[in-house]
This record gives sequence, structure tokens and C-alpha cells, in this order.
Amino acid sequence: MRDKVAFAGIGTTRYGSFPETDSYGLGCEALNIALDDCGLKPSDIDGLIVSRIPSYERFAEIMGINPQYCLLTETAGRFSGVSMALAANALYSGAAKYVALVYGNNGRSVRMRYGGGDSQWSPWGMTSPGAIHAMMWRRHMHEFGTTHADLGPVATAFRHHACLNPDAVMHGRPISLLDHDRSRPICEPLQLLDYCLINDGAVAWIMTTAERAKDLKRPPVLLSGYARQDNFTYRTSPPDDFWYPSLSATRSVYDRAGIGRDDIQGLGIYDNFSPTVLFSLEGLGFCKQGESGDFVRDGTLQLGTGRWPTNTSGGHLSDSYMQGWGIIAECVRQLRDDCGDRQIPNAQAMQYICATNIAQSAILRRAA
Amino acid sequence: MSLETRPLPVIDNWNRPFFEAAKQGRLIVQKCTDTGQCFFPPAPVSPFTGRPHWEWIQASGKGELWSFVVFYQSYFDGMKDELPYPVGMVKLEEGPFMLTNLWDMSPDDAVIGMKLSVRFPGGPDGLVLPQFGPEE
Repeated sequence: MRDKVAFAGIGTTRYGSFPETDSYGLGCEALNIALDDCGLKPSDIDGLIVSRIPSYERFAEIMGINPQYCLLTETAGRFSGVSMALAANALYSGAAKYVALVYGNNGRSVRMRYGGGDSQWSPWGMTSPGAIHAMMWRRHMHEFGTTHADLGPVATAFRHHACLNPDAVMHGRPISLLDHDRSRPICEPLQLLDYCLINDGAVAWIMTTAERAKDLKRPPVLLSGYARQDNFTYRTSPPDDFWYPSLSATRSVYDRAGIGRDDIQGLGIYDNFSPTVLFSLEGLGFCKQGESGDFVRDGTLQLGTGRWPTNTSGGHLSDSYMQGWGIIAECVRQLRDDCGDRQIPNAQAMQYICATNIAQSAILRRAA
Repeated sequence: MSLETRPLPVIDNWNRPFFEAAKQGRLIVQKCTDTGQCFFPPAPVSPFTGRPHWEWIQASGKGELWSFVVFYQSYFDGMKDELPYPVGMVKLEEGPFMLTNLWDMSPDDAVIGMKLSVRFPGGPDGLVLPQFGPEE
């Protein structure tokens, strides 16, 4: 399926707190921007994938879309990449010609809590995705001698990018390594500046075949390769392997895309918590396992200073918590030279990585 | 500490024996009778074969500290007075991991790899939540 499917339109809303609307309203706003971006109308859409918006039926009804392919995907952020792959399969098989993928999130204004509630471990006070990552990071520090300070260059690089991005929630609020070190503990060993934001917003992508994309308004960005490996062994407790084996399995993305690491200019890494960035870099082989702290220390992930500018919008830590949807949108924008002050010079290919129990990587490139 | 105000466990058909045993001061886990491997949390089948071939065994109650965290953020009203509280990930001698609290010790004294053993100090609503502290 190499280079057969393309991103034709991208839409992102403003990010912040918008109690006057909801995930439907935000989703419509993003989809209209994406439709305008590629020059299509709702009636052209014959495939629809909706995520985090409660009902696909209601969303389709609101937008006046009656597709031949439609589904709702799980709200977990790993489903942004999964949704992309589902759309690609639908387009490649001919099940749809133009798929709109719409993610809407009003977690900020409804005071969404990530933690609490009943679960296997709640009687022991164990809850929240952050705590799972804190548990993993403590073990990583023990096994490899990494430290909390190794997470600092991740947080500061992404904040630097947010300060170059006028649309980012944390635009205009720079942080230093000392700020990262001194931020308040949430679940030790992780602190506030290791956690993603919680904000409202929406993202929409219009995907179509590479052939059809050529006739639309903007230069197509091709999905060159995608790889995925699931591991549900430790679904009810933190994994004991940092998802390293499953992330390593997704290195097949390079062969699938026909693009090697040296031909990639920037990265989009799912950063719900700062350690996942380091797990991703190790798993995909950017450095040896355990050496990611050294790898990022001198600004490797930062625009202008490093070989691997990562999450140039600011990512989940500093731009917007759009659960991978915004990070993939940013990869597309880089490949269209749409990024202004945060543009990666001569970006020809970008790699997306998501370290979760559904480990994934994708490579996107500019159409020739 | 106030184990009495802890969140109640979600008890189902598979984990009910675990909580019944804990009331009697016993830590039990399921053992796959085909492979001899143990597993936890309780499940209808062995994850090693997918078959319902298993039996409850009494665990030694010993294990090692695999990792731990300390919560500063409040998620449960009944645990506010325990903040900041530790949660340890313990690898039992029998193999499975258990998430639990560190008992009879300060998180400052927690060292990954240290030997721990189980205690049964109490819990909410007449239940008992196994806790782990320095090996006795």
C-alpha cells in the first residue's frame, strides 16, 4: 500500500476552553476547515471515521453526510493512528473515495478527569495514565541509570516549539530546564511539566487515494508506510518492558515505506507523558535502549539545534492534547511547508511514533 | 492510614475468591494447570493457553519491588488523608505482578529489588486489601 493513499485536507480548530460549544461543534468546525483546505463539500465525503465525538450517527446527521463507510473509534489516543490505517485500507480497497476523519474533544470545559473511578487497582489508589507512565519511568531509571532530568530536554524542546506556534495553548510561556525540575510532583517520579495538557479542540483530516488527491487544492502528502504491533499482556498493570519489543517490531515501517531513517527530516511522537518520547526513540532504534537521556540532552529534538526536530507544533505537552490527531496533522503541514517560523527546512518525509500497547509508526512524505 | 475509607474493589465472579481469601489472611493466585505458570488479576481462562484449566494456589506472599510511584494528586476522596501515598508494583515469587501499597515503611526507604512480604491490615466494608512491606 506504499504511497497509495494521501492526506488531502487538514483542519484544526483553536485550542483552549470553549464551554459555549461541544465536541460536535468543534468537530464540525475542524471538518469545515479541512473541506475548505482541499476544496471538497460534505456531499463528496463517502467515508467517515469519528473519534471521541460520542455518536457517529449524530455527527453525520449534523453535517449532512451519508457515507458508504462509517465508524466510531475508541477514544484512546492510540486510535488516531489506528483510524488512519483503517481509512487507508478503506480507500485502497475501494470501500470509499474520500474519507473524512474527525476528532473532537471538549475535555477541558467538561472538566474531564483522567483518573479516579473504579478499576482493578483503585482500592490501592493506583489510577490514571500518568501513574502508569511514572511506574515505567521509575523502572527505566533503575534499569538504565536515567534520571528525571533526562526528561527536561523533551519538555523544553516542545515548549520552545509552542512558542514558535501562535496557535499553541502554551504560546508565549517559555520554560527552562530548572522550571521542569521544580514543577510540582503529580505522581512521582513525574511532575507537572511531564504531563500533557487538557484542552478543548478538534482535528479533521480528509484522506483519499494518491491519484484523486492530485486533483485537489493542496499538494498531497502520501502515507508511505505504517506498522503496528500490539501487546496486551500487561493491560491491567504497567508493562514491564517499556513496549520495547513491540516498538522494535514497528521498525518494519522503514521497509514498508521504502524510506530509511536518514531520509527523514522530523518526527511526530505521541507525548501523553514525557517518558513515552524516550521509549519511542529507543524502540524505533534512534539510540540504544537506555541511552535516550544522553541522546536528547543537547537539543536533538529541538528545531534549529537538533537533527530530529520533534513535535514542532509543541505536541501534547505544549500545543494541544488532540491525542495524536494534531501531531499527525503537524507532520502533514511540515510536508506542505505550512509551518512558518517552525518550518523544518526541506522537509521531505516525517515519521510518527506512538508508544502504547498498540505500538505504531508511520512515515509520511511529500508527493514528488 | 485509613484503609476503611479506601475505594471499594469491583468484585466479579473471577476475583471474588481472592477477596474472600484475603479476609482470612491468605494471598491466592490462579495457576495454569497446563503450563504451571501463575497469573493475576483473576480471569476465566489461562492467558498462557486460553483454556479454563487452572486452580487457585496460595502464594508465598513474598516478592520483590519492581517499581513504585508516590501520588501527590488526589483522585479518591477516601484517600485524601493518606497523600502523598505510595503504590508499589510487586513481582510475586510465583511470577505475576501485583499493585499494592508499601506498608510499615516510608517511600523514602523503598529500593527497587528489595524483598517484600504481604500483610493483611484491613480494608473498606469488611474487606481486606493486601499490603506489602519489608520482608518478615
